[in-house]
Amino acid sequence: MKTSPLVIAGVTLRSRLFLGTGKYSSGAVMAESLAASGAELVTMALRRVRTDGAHDDIISQLDTSKYRLLPNTSGVRDAKEAILAAELAREALGTNWLKLEIHPDPKYLMPDAVETLAATKELVKRGFVVLPYVHADPVLCKQLEEAGAAAVMPLGAPIGSNLGLETRAFLEIIIAQARVPVVVDAGLGTPSHAAAALEMGADAVLVNTAIAAAADPVAMGEAFKLAVEAGRLGFEAGLAARSSKAEAHATSPLTAFLAGI
Amino acid sequence: MTKTFTDVWRQHDFAAVRARIASATEAEVRRALSKQGRGLNLDDLAALLSPAAAPFLEEMAALSHRLTVERFGRTMQLYAPMYLTNVCANICSYCGFSAQNRIPRKALDDAEISAEADALEQFGFDHVLLVTGESSRYGLAYLQNAMRLLRPRFSSLSMEVQPLDEDEYAALTADGLSAVLVYQETYDPVAYPKHHVKGPKADMAYRLATPDRLGRAGVKKIGLGALYGLSDWRAESWFVGLHLNYMERHYWRTRYSLSFPRLRPHEGNEIPVTPFNERELIQAACAFRLFSQEVELSLSTRESPHFRDHAFKLGFTSMSAGSKTNPGGYASEPESLEQFQISDERPPAEIAAFLKTHGYEPVWKDWDATYDGKSGLTREEREGREAISGIVSSS
Repeated sequence: MKTSPLVIAGVTLRSRLFLGTGKYSSGAVMAESLAASGAELVTMALRRVRTDGAHDDIISQLDTSKYRLLPNTSGVRDAKEAILAAELAREALGTNWLKLEIHPDPKYLMPDAVETLAATKELVKRGFVVLPYVHADPVLCKQLEEAGAAAVMPLGAPIGSNLGLETRAFLEIIIAQARVPVVVDAGLGTPSHAAAALEMGADAVLVNTAIAAAADPVAMGEAFKLAVEAGRLGFEAGLAARSSKAEAHATSPLTAFLAGI
Repeated sequence: MTKTFTDVWRQHDFAAVRARIASATEAEVRRALSKQGRGLNLDDLAALLSPAAAPFLEEMAALSHRLTVERFGRTMQLYAPMYLTNVCANICSYCGFSAQNRIPRKALDDAEISAEADALEQFGFDHVLLVTGESSRYGLAYLQNAMRLLRPRFSSLSMEVQPLDEDEYAALTADGLSAVLVYQETYDPVAYPKHHVKGPKADMAYRLATPDRLGRAGVKKIGLGALYGLSDWRAESWFVGLHLNYMERHYWRTRYSLSFPRLRPHEGNEIPVTPFNERELIQAACAFRLFSQEVELSLSTRESPHFRDHAFKLGFTSMSAGSKTNPGGYASEPESLEQFQISDERPPAEIAAFLKTHGYEPVWKDWDATYDGKSGLTREEREGREAISGIVSSS
């Protein structure tokens, strides 16, 4: 099964499924689930990682030769804090890749558009590969692209909600205009949600809760892997007509004036 | 070096595109139609432009009409060109202004520009398209002077003039220019040098990158298009779609319009014209509407009254009316040489009345200077200036 590769900031990734590392019952289950999912890029909350050099339960379970770390700034409330967190992550984890997420509200964890755009501009200047997590806001996504974001990560539904592609109409616009990869992040609850996102042309999806909180996170990891592959293959294969409504017309009220031409 | 559309254009072979469109299948046409105008890609556009789509023209027309009404309502923008000069340094096979044609050359002076403005105002236009040939003598400074004269009298000014540099476009935009139309004429690398024999226009790559310069300069609306008759219409249209798609992604703050100029009789040698009939024009326009709901589509006075009276509903959003294609054509020098002959000679009021009887609202205006901030005038200022220019032009 060959689909075109996903390239972000010049790096080719073997999977279009990105995984979070939170909410697993143990590091061992996480490692097994990641392996079953085929994911290469895995996010990691900086605030959960020991940055003082001490033994860390998440990192120690990750074979860093197989996975590419994407530290996130979860927990920061504004651009200033995000930049501090980013510098810390770069130093502690040895990567300049960053999932930028800024949410001033601890209840719904809604991303702050104004601070995210400001932080993206500064972090790009500082040499980071920035993947900002945002609302499914087409104008904001274009502004982030202009600011130098390596990809945009609009949400499908509120984070952790498992509701699926509630923002579909806006995601379609974002995908249609984007010049950088679009990663649907947050809210995907089932493998079919992930397949639908890839089918509509999203370049990748990021999933955490739906896998980590499943009854069997390892089997669910594999289910998402297959769904993402199927969705992408379907997109590249060119979806067939949805109905056979289109008919060649014998009568032609609108174009009869062209008779004889 | 900055990437431009020229780089994208180089990745596609004109002959291969032409062959691909020619071999599109009925199934591909059905698939494109089933999307109902949502999210069509360039493969869908190729299918809709193909011979396989011809039996589906009524279906395309119905969909195009519906999508246009949804987006634009039952309105039709009316506009007229003001030809400022027919002086031109280019030798182009198809144009009446071509430098080798021994015709009287003319460039309107201030008084003549004002007289033309009077005539256009009387027709009811609040939006004017300024047109010139290409010459260094009538370049930026001449255009800026024309803008200075006309800006207080019309709510918006567009230009169809020689390609300029980015800073020149930026300067004109700061002066209140709202739109620039710059047609590629042909995307066919074989046909282009054949028809653009001499002069600055012979530089195909510079022309291809002109919309990029417009986009970077922040021009609010950009008009694209091909001059039909120079090469295969289907492949030309597909390249226009490629260009539109590229522009929308790169310069997403800009509005876009497309026109469908067909070669018309003109002064100078006759050249062989590749076929593009009225049925095909409708197919191209409907294909573009299904490809993009937002793009504005323009219907020219080059076409016949009978055709325009039926075609206007099928996707178009603007029509020229009462056009004169010669400098001074409305008032100061009606007999000067025209660029091409128009076909629909009805006066603007008659076109407007026709639209109204068919339930369409004619729109005479395209922008308001108030939006431009510093160049905006209050109603009092504007009326004051009109009174002054009235005195000047009648003296």
